[in-house]
Amino acid sequence: MTPVKLYPPKPEKVYFFGTCLIDLFYPEAGLDGIRLLEREGIEVLFPEDQTCCGQPAYTSGYQHEARAVAAAQLDLFPEPWPIVVPSGSCGGMMRTHYPQLFAGTGEEAQASEVAGRVFELTEFLVHVCHLRLDDRGAPEKVAMHTSCSARREMGLAETGPALLAQLGEVELVEQARPAECCGFGGTFAVRHPEVSAAMVEDKTQAIEAAGAERFVTSDCGCLMNIGGRFAHQQKAVTGEHIASYLWRRSS
Amino acid sequence: MSVPTPGVQTYTPREFHRQAHDALGNPQIRANFRSAMDGLMAKRRDVFGDWDLEALRELGANIRLRALAKLPDLLEQLETNCQANGIRVHWAEDGEQACRIIRELCEAREAKAVIKGKSMVTEEMHLNAHLEAAGIEALESDLGEYLVQLNEQTPSHIIMPAIHLNTDEIAGIMHDKTGIERTRDVDTMTAAARSQLRERFMSADVGISGVNFAVAETGTLCLVENEGNGRMTTTVPPVHIAVTGIEKVVEQLRDVPPLYALLSRSATGQHVTTYFNMISAPRQSDEHDGPEEVHLVLVDNGRSNIYQDDELLDTLRCIRCGACMNHCPVYTRVGGHTYGTTYPGPIGSILMPHLMGLEETKDLPTASSLCGACGEVCPVKIPIPDLLVRLRQESVGEGRGNVPGAGAKRTRKEAAAWKGFQWLATHPAAWRGGTAVAGKLRALAPSRLGVWTDHRSAPKPAGTTLHALVKRHRAGKDADQDTGNTTGNTKGDNGS
Repeated sequence: MTPVKLYPPKPEKVYFFGTCLIDLFYPEAGLDGIRLLEREGIEVLFPEDQTCCGQPAYTSGYQHEARAVAAAQLDLFPEPWPIVVPSGSCGGMMRTHYPQLFAGTGEEAQASEVAGRVFELTEFLVHVCHLRLDDRGAPEKVAMHTSCSARREMGLAETGPALLAQLGEVELVEQARPAECCGFGGTFAVRHPEVSAAMVEDKTQAIEAAGAERFVTSDCGCLMNIGGRFAHQQKAVTGEHIASYLWRRSS
Repeated sequence: MSVPTPGVQTYTPREFHRQAHDALGNPQIRANFRSAMDGLMAKRRDVFGDWDLEALRELGANIRLRALAKLPDLLEQLETNCQANGIRVHWAEDGEQACRIIRELCEAREAKAVIKGKSMVTEEMHLNAHLEAAGIEALESDLGEYLVQLNEQTPSHIIMPAIHLNTDEIAGIMHDKTGIERTRDVDTMTAAARSQLRERFMSADVGISGVNFAVAETGTLCLVENEGNGRMTTTVPPVHIAVTGIEKVVEQLRDVPPLYALLSRSATGQHVTTYFNMISAPRQSDEHDGPEEVHLVLVDNGRSNIYQDDELLDTLRCIRCGACMNHCPVYTRVGGHTYGTTYPGPIGSILMPHLMGLEETKDLPTASSLCGACGEVCPVKIPIPDLLVRLRQESVGEGRGNVPGAGAKRTRKEAAAWKGFQWLATHPAAWRGGTAVAGKLRALAPSRLGVWTDHRSAPKPAGTTLHALVKRHRAGKDADQDTGNTTGNTKGDNGS
């Protein structure tokens, strides 16, 4: 369990780390995250040289490569503003694993300092921005899939649902075994494709059985996995990153 | 109704993928594990109820860490105090030596028949086969182990060895192997097993058991069980041989209650087990029962090597509750046999590489989505996901090199792919090549997109990167104002 975190007052500016999956596959979700923050009166700094947090190499055991990639991100946040990440997975990598990855190296202090400023987007919207949402969308049944890293590594099982609960026309339905992994796991999905496929099949069935018309998640890995399974099965259920969903319904 | 009994099959970690494929395609295995694991998870959740579980886990972790910090001294203290109590202590560097010690102890009593309580460390060293080769018959007395032995299988779970079998399958095994009339009545089958086991308890020359906690302070061996077979095994035959890995030692008697509270609740969702045995000595001159001889065999079998590494050391905290496998989404789907190892599931994936080497077990550390469920429920807070990552580093030759078979999984192709990834991700201008970069990334593992798309639609790189969208946004021209939703991906339309 993540220790109790003391949240800062709403800052004037934040850094936004968009993550590589969003950059390549879901850029709109990143932009919607930025829009949500800007609407709260926060200036969003987007370091142009950001690429990837290094997690794919890290979880594959290629720690030297991961460290080199992570080191290149450490210098992108020179001022003491919070760093907002629209992913529990990348956020968890930066907050939890950067200090481990750089332990005993010259960048140890810098890595710990950066890690201490990392917030997952929904966490930041709830605990720092105290976001209030006005729902302008149509009635809809929605399931939330909180990623394992958001839920367990960052201790953020509640922030996504708390935001969705503010949308008056949205009925949040709970799927069976909500805390169970969807089977993505980064390279796990390609190293153990059959096990991963069995897991995502169960996840899509659970979401469908709950009566959801849509699922939202704060992690693009899960979105790609669960959404890709629904699409492959030609199901009507669609997925969306929570940033896009919140922005779309409240703007 | 005739249910075919699962046939004799050998499993090996080398064949994890094939075995997983078979298990995933076996509806019986899938259903048996899913329902059993769902039940175990619910029981654990209910039994901890309003407890301050985090505080208890912290205490459990600290007790284990303190014991490990003093391990060499505690082992000596344990030996001294056991011997003072009349328990003879034997040291075995590996499984083979442990088997030899146990066989010689049996032979010294001219033992022909041995009754066994549940013990994973004896599974680890394949003791039954060793004894059998020496003409000594070993019968398992734990009901699950008994069924697995009848069926010529190995345990599929460290606490519930026969969890892969359902009632119909068990009915078939009991009928085929013991000759009782076929019945689905659990009480009838249990009574049949009980009567056979009773006879063997009375006639066995030696009883062999495991140990849950060995208390250094008092020279006491604690044994946790539910069926009474452990008590029978350790008290009825004239000789009791307790076998344990060297990591099971705890410092003081007062360390036992918190660990026991965690163990029974984490394992089976019980407040207490039906039996809790504390074995301190052989039969005294004024006592009427109990074994004449008690032996303790302390087995290293790779543990000292794990102990040398300040990260891997955490593996040795384990109290063998099995909660990590009960909560593992991979284990739940493929079952215990798929792993092909004595200890399956998350704890097995961080322990077995040390016992078997990474050549044999290289697919185990990756057989996890790193979802963290194992680490979350571990009663002694073993950072299992971190250790899985550490073993991945070892298996590709980027760790400290002190795990047997380090580097066994490294291939030139994959290493080059990650070097390529590193280059791209540290050259921002190249990264921003947008779709061109996306094309290059896909090319890193061209054969791999196939397995993704077997079950899911392929993710399409968006037409525009976030970098480009932010630039436009800064210029006051948002993408969706210009062109509508150009990416399509955020609305879940990620199939094509």
